[in-house]
This record gives sequence, C-alpha cells and structure tokens, in this order.
Amino acid sequence: MQTMNASFVFAAASSGLWAQSGPQPYFWLPDRASTFARDVDWVFNFILYVSLFFFVLIVALMCWFVVRYRRRPERPDAEESPHHNTALELLWSGIPTIIVCLMFYFGFQGYMDMRTPPRDAYEINVIAKKWAWLFKYPNGYVDDKLYVPAAEPVRLVMTSDDVIHSLYIPDFRVKQDLVPGRYTKMWFKAIKPGEYSLFCAEYCGSGHADMLSKVVVLEPAEFAAWLREAGDFLKKLPPEKAGEELHRRRGCAQCHSVDGKAGTGPTLLGIWRETHRMTDGSTAVVDENYIRESILEPGKRIREGFVNQMPTFKGVLSDEEIGYLIAYIKSLGGSAKDESPAP
Amino acid sequence: MSEIVAESHGNAENYLTARRGLLSWLFTLDHKRIGVMYLASILAFFLLGGVFALLVRTELISPGRTIMGRDMYNHMFTLHGAVMVFLFIIPGIPAALGNFVLPIMLGAKDVAFPRLNLASLYMFWGGAIFFVLVLVTGGLETGWTFYTPYSTTTGQSSVVAAVVGAFILGFSSIFTAVNFIATVHTMRPAAMGWFKMPLFVWALYATAIIQLLATPVLGITLLLLALERLFGIGFFDPALNGDPILFQHFFWFYSHPAVYIMILPGMGITSEIVSVFSRKHIFGYRFIAYSSIAIALFGFLVWGHHMFVSGQTRLASMIFSALTFSVSIPSAIKVFNWLSTLYKGSISLETPMCYALMFIFLFGIGGLTGLFLGSLSTDVHLTDTYFIVAHFHYTMMGSTVIAFIAGIHYWWPKITGKMYSDAWGKFTALLLFIGFNLTFFPQFVIGSRGMPRRYYDYEKMLPAHPDFHTGHWVSSVGSYLVGAAFLLMAGYLFYSIVAGRPAPRNPFGGAGLEWQTSSPPPVENFTSPPVVGDPYDYSKLRYDPRSNEYVRVA
Repeated sequence: MQTMNASFVFAAASSGLWAQSGPQPYFWLPDRASTFARDVDWVFNFILYVSLFFFVLIVALMCWFVVRYRRRPERPDAEESPHHNTALELLWSGIPTIIVCLMFYFGFQGYMDMRTPPRDAYEINVIAKKWAWLFKYPNGYVDDKLYVPAAEPVRLVMTSDDVIHSLYIPDFRVKQDLVPGRYTKMWFKAIKPGEYSLFCAEYCGSGHADMLSKVVVLEPAEFAAWLREAGDFLKKLPPEKAGEELHRRRGCAQCHSVDGKAGTGPTLLGIWRETHRMTDGSTAVVDENYIRESILEPGKRIREGFVNQMPTFKGVLSDEEIGYLIAYIKSLGGSAKDESPAP
Repeated sequence: MSEIVAESHGNAENYLTARRGLLSWLFTLDHKRIGVMYLASILAFFLLGGVFALLVRTELISPGRTIMGRDMYNHMFTLHGAVMVFLFIIPGIPAALGNFVLPIMLGAKDVAFPRLNLASLYMFWGGAIFFVLVLVTGGLETGWTFYTPYSTTTGQSSVVAAVVGAFILGFSSIFTAVNFIATVHTMRPAAMGWFKMPLFVWALYATAIIQLLATPVLGITLLLLALERLFGIGFFDPALNGDPILFQHFFWFYSHPAVYIMILPGMGITSEIVSVFSRKHIFGYRFIAYSSIAIALFGFLVWGHHMFVSGQTRLASMIFSALTFSVSIPSAIKVFNWLSTLYKGSISLETPMCYALMFIFLFGIGGLTGLFLGSLSTDVHLTDTYFIVAHFHYTMMGSTVIAFIAGIHYWWPKITGKMYSDAWGKFTALLLFIGFNLTFFPQFVIGSRGMPRRYYDYEKMLPAHPDFHTGHWVSSVGSYLVGAAFLLMAGYLFYSIVAGRPAPRNPFGGAGLEWQTSSPPPVENFTSPPVVGDPYDYSKLRYDPRSNEYVRVA
C-alpha cells in the first residue's frame, strides 16, 4: 500500500507543497498507529484506485470527444450513431454494481472488526463535557489525556454529560459519538508507543475547536507503572498543588482561567472571599460552600455577565478533590477579609 | 422559414412588457413571472450565503483569530449552511428555472395551479422573513443540522425562529411539488407521451415526488424540536427522557432525500445541454429517465449512512451502507450516457456547454468520493472531517450550483430576451473551475489526514499537523477566486439586460418546445400551438446566419 500511495499522481505533482509540511508518511492518510489502520487504508486505497481509474477514463473520453468531435464549419452536424444500445447500457450498469458490492463487503468487514471488541480488552471510561475529555481508569484515577498500553486491546465505554461529542483519533482510524443518556463503546489496539492527536469531531458549541487531547501509548510495563504512580499522585502533593493539577487535568482550565481573563466562565484569579453579583440580582461570597455548590450544581447561582455552560461534576470529582480545588482557588488570592459575614 | 423569422421579430408584446408596475408582478399568476421573482430572491440569498462563506474562509486563512471570535465563527458557518440549503439550493433549480420552463417545455399555458404557484412564492418569502429575523435577533450557531440536545439547550441562538422559517419554506416546496406533478400528469399535449418528455421534465418530476413525500417529515421534526425548546416536552433531550439519536433519524429521513432534490434537477439540465450542444440525440433516454426515478426512490432508504458513528446498531449500519451503494449505480449510468451523447456529436463549446462539461467533471469527483463515505470502515475515519465538507461541496456546489448556472446561461436568452457575452461567459467558467478546485480539493487532503469540520481554529493542532495550515490557506485563496468569478458573472449578465443584443427564438439549436416560441415568450407562452416531436431530434434544425438562430426546415 505504501508504494501505491507514494505513486499517486497528485502526490507527485504537489509533493513540494505537502511533503515538507507534515510528519505524515502518506499523502492521503495520517500515520498508522492502530491495528485498524492497515485494513481501513487498504479499503481506502482500493476505492481510491478504482475511482481514479474511472475518473481518468471519464475525463479522458470527455476531452477526447470534445476535441475530436468539435463543431467545424465543414462539420455542422453530428454523425449518425445509435441513441441507445441495451447491451452496452446493461454492461455499464453491471460492472459498477459488482465493484460497489466489493467495496461494500470490504468496508463492512472492517467495520465489524471495529465494533467487536475482544473479551479481554482493558476498559477505560470516558466522559465528554463542554469542552473537556475525562478518562477514568480502573483504579479510579481520572486524567484529561488517554493513556493506553501498546499492543493490548483497549475498550472505551463512553458517555457525555451535556451534548453530543465525538471521540476521534485519526492515527487509529477510529471515531465514535458520545451521546448523553447512553453509553457508546469503541475499541482499538495501538501498535507503537508515542503521542497521538485526539479530537472532538461532533460540533458542540463555542469550545468545539479547543476540545483537543492526546493519546499516550506506553509499553505495557510502563503503562502499569504510570497508572500506579498517577493513581496516588494527589496524595503526595500539597493540597493547593493537587488542586492546580486537577484544574488542568479535569478540564476546568478550558473555561476558567487563572490569569484574570474571563473566558466562557469567570476567572479564578483573586476571587476568594470576594462578593459577586449574581444574574438573579442576589449577591454571593466566594467561599468553600459557594465553590462546592458551583461545582456540583453549576446552574444554581450564576455570576452576572455569564451564561451557564457548565455541566455538573457530581460523581466526577470526589469530596477530597473538591477540597483540593478549594485550596487551589484560595491560593490564587482574593479579598483580605478572612471570614464572610454571618448569614 | 421566412414566416417563422418574421413572426419572431414581429411579436413585440411579451410576458415582461404585457403589464407594468409592482402590483402586476406581486399579483401575477404567470408562471414565468413567478419563476423570475423566485430567481431574483434565490440569487439574493445566494449572495448572502456566499458572503458568509467568504467570511468563514477568511477566518480560516491563518491560524488563531483572523477576523472574528469563535462564537461569531460558529454563527457564520451555521448561517452559511442554513441559508444555502434552505433558501438557495433546495428551491434553486425547481422553483426558479423549473417554474419558468416546465410549462413551456410541455407546450402549456401555465402550471396546473397558478394560484398555488403564487402561494408557494409567498410562502418562500414568509419563510425567508423568519431567517432574516434570525439574523437580526440571536443568530444561529447550531449547525444547519440542528442536532439535539445542542439545539434545544443552546442559549446563543434563535433556534425557534429558524425552525419556523424552515417549516414554512417546507410548505413552499410542497406547493411547488404538487403543482409540478399535476402539471406533468395533466398538461402534456396529446402528442407528448411520457417518453417524449424532455429529461429535465423527468428530473423535475422525480424531484417533486421526493419533495412531496419527504418534506412533511422535516416539518414534523422541526415542530417537535420547537415544542421541546419552548415547552420542555421531551422528544430528543435525554434530560427530558428523550432520545437524541431519534432526531438524527427524523432529520436525515428528510435531509438525505433532500440532496437528491438538489442534484436531480441539475442532472436534468445537464442532459438537455449536453444533447443540444452536441447536436445529437441524448443517448439512452429511457435509462436516464428511469435512473431519475430510481434515485428518487432509493434516496429514501439511505438516510442512516449519515449515522455510522452515531451509536446506531451494527445491523442498521450494514443495511444503510449496502443501500447507499445502490444509489451510485443510476448516477454512474447517467454519466456514461452523457459521454456517449458526446460521441460522434458536433460539439460546440458555448458557455452553457462549458458549465455542463464542468458539471460532469466535478460531479465525477463528488460522486466517486461518496464511495469512500458509503463504505463503512472508511466512513468511520472520514466522517465529520473536511473530507465530508469537500465531498458535499463537490456535489452540491460543484454539481448542483454549476448545473444551475449552466441552466441560467442556457435559458437566459429565453427568460430575458437578451444575449450575454459568450467570451466573458467562458472566461468566467474557467475562473470558477480553477477557483472551485483550489477551494475544495485541498479539503479532501486535510480531511483524510484528520482535520475535523466546524473547527473555528487549528492553531493548537499545528505542532502535530502543520499541513492543516497549507490546506486551509490554499482553500481560502481559491474561495476568493470563486467570489471573483461570481461577481464577474453578475456583471456581464446584468450588462446583457441593459445593453445585450436581442435574443432570437432559438439561439442554441434546442429541439424542445421552449425554443419554438419567441424570446421572451408571450404571456400565453405560444401564439400558435407548438409542433410536438422528439425533443432530441436536431435533424430538422438549421443555423440561419442572417438571424443568428436555428430555424426549422421541412
């Protein structure tokens, strides 16, 4: 397939433009980093070369006819030729029919493989939300990057907290929508260690183009070590550092900056114990209870000037983790008052 | 011969000059005037949708923010899609060109229900008003597909206004469809059997069947969507115990057949033009006619191919994939028939023919790239990337819009009574061809390499995918050429109205009935009953250099 790809006419013609611009080894398709990639690329190339053959045939005939049979003063009329030919017409209905049957069959075969995970696959839960990915490993650890062992089948059990998202890993040739209210599944087997792009492929609003992550493929032994280490990294850190890590890894950073700039949600810089006006006209002091409420029931009290886009983190963040986040927000500074007024 | 020539010049009164004043247009029952009003309205929305497209392309020409923020971008790509689909391309060929030529091609005085025809135009304007309302109120950033639960929960959009607009436009579509079906069934002259009809009429007939059967489903779906959004009745949102996948099934049950509503009339125009400018009988008339009907029927059974990664069952995906491939066959048949029509013809490359040949080229690419998407395992990789964007622009714009333009150039002398500059026409066609391919071909490449669609930005992807910038840059530059070509076209077409040479009765040598009446036609279409014959028999037509037109000889 590789040589066939390289020989493609357009690739040759425009190699100057494209070749230097990307690390991709193939003109049409990205790197092949899962066991599906070979099969999918084979079907892709099969369709590509059949299509190319027919396209060149059609355009060549068209150009030849236009030149050969152009209207000239000495040749104002068409030559006599039949206006239909049943045998010919059946032939050019029949041949494409056989070819597309093959295309269907190859594509179907590949798809069945993609939709049939092996029983012993390593399972990771995925939650998508505007606009972050959360990958939950069997030991309860959650990360915003997808770490997987190489050469082992991995099964993702996925759902969304808000609208439809789609998990897409181009180098693995896999894509599956994540639908709120139900679980969708996909599986793959990564071939080689490395870092690969992971995109959201279903339009999900303002931050759709920012909903990017990475798949990190590790050697199985390295993966096991990483997971052990990662599983209790929070406990080894001081609380505000643990909170900082969570803010980054659980997708909070997508909407809540720590540099004072308002994003989709308010910044977290310098808000501790500040009093803010809410959209319903009331005021609220940013304290432990307000932060906890905003994480678990984001729509309850919204700061003036913002529209709520945040899904709940109930069941995603533990009480302990919420504590770390509070410690982090506290560390970002705010009002000098040390206690909010008694209610 | 001399008698016919004399008549065509002696007939001063035509549908444009018969009555004057705004009211004579607004209350007209003349299908030609209604067609012209449709044409003007549709072209205005084409301009609007085109401006949105250029804004989208300009934003993507460089990484990071170029001219607008991410929310504005989301509004722009949605409005581009919604305006182009609902207000331009679906009504485009049938309601504008079809309305004008269908009754004349059948030798009739008007469509079967002239009042319904006018009502359809008013419905179109009514729906359009709601879209304008969307523009000035909240905008729309759901994508033209209105996927739930995004569309039922977003706070940034005038979803209900857009949905009501599309609902009303659906009625406009249904009215036109009913009218065309009745017209084709009842208004043909006695001598014109089903298989003596021009293929454009067959195409419009097949299109009308789809419009009539599929549009109500869209109406119902949009109504449910509006009820959910307004009153919180749960149909699609899982938070209200609805099912978001159900919306996709309902939506594509209309919107997939709708792509055949878009392409079939374009194929019909191509069949007419290829034959006329080759001066040769269309090859395989019956196969082309039947393939239009086959496409219309198969088109209803393939909607699930939009949903291979949605979470629908493996069985459903398998069935939809197999059925999808079956639609490719009638399309292939048409292409081979057009090629065979060229064989041994007397081919003249006037502007309409240039566009018809461009259609065959671009539809070739659009159709063949559909095979990658019908095949299950490759679709998983390619769906929701720029590969899809490129594919449907090759079919909708490269094919339908190009055929629409071919049709405008072909019937322009008949509609306006004026000739445009053929040299400018050809030059513009070339510019458009180059610009179009520059715009959309690179999108196949970045798409198959993994660039998802509907992305405001690709800056963060650049370290791993620097080629995305190359593709977007070339694409945006190409889009400016396309914009320039359309401006040029508007220029010379408008100039022809003001200062063009008067059009003769039959400037291109067409054998259809529309070429037997004067340009522009009188109010009643024909002053004497037209002679019905084979619409693709050119043997009796001779070019007369004195009057620059083709005349019938015994």
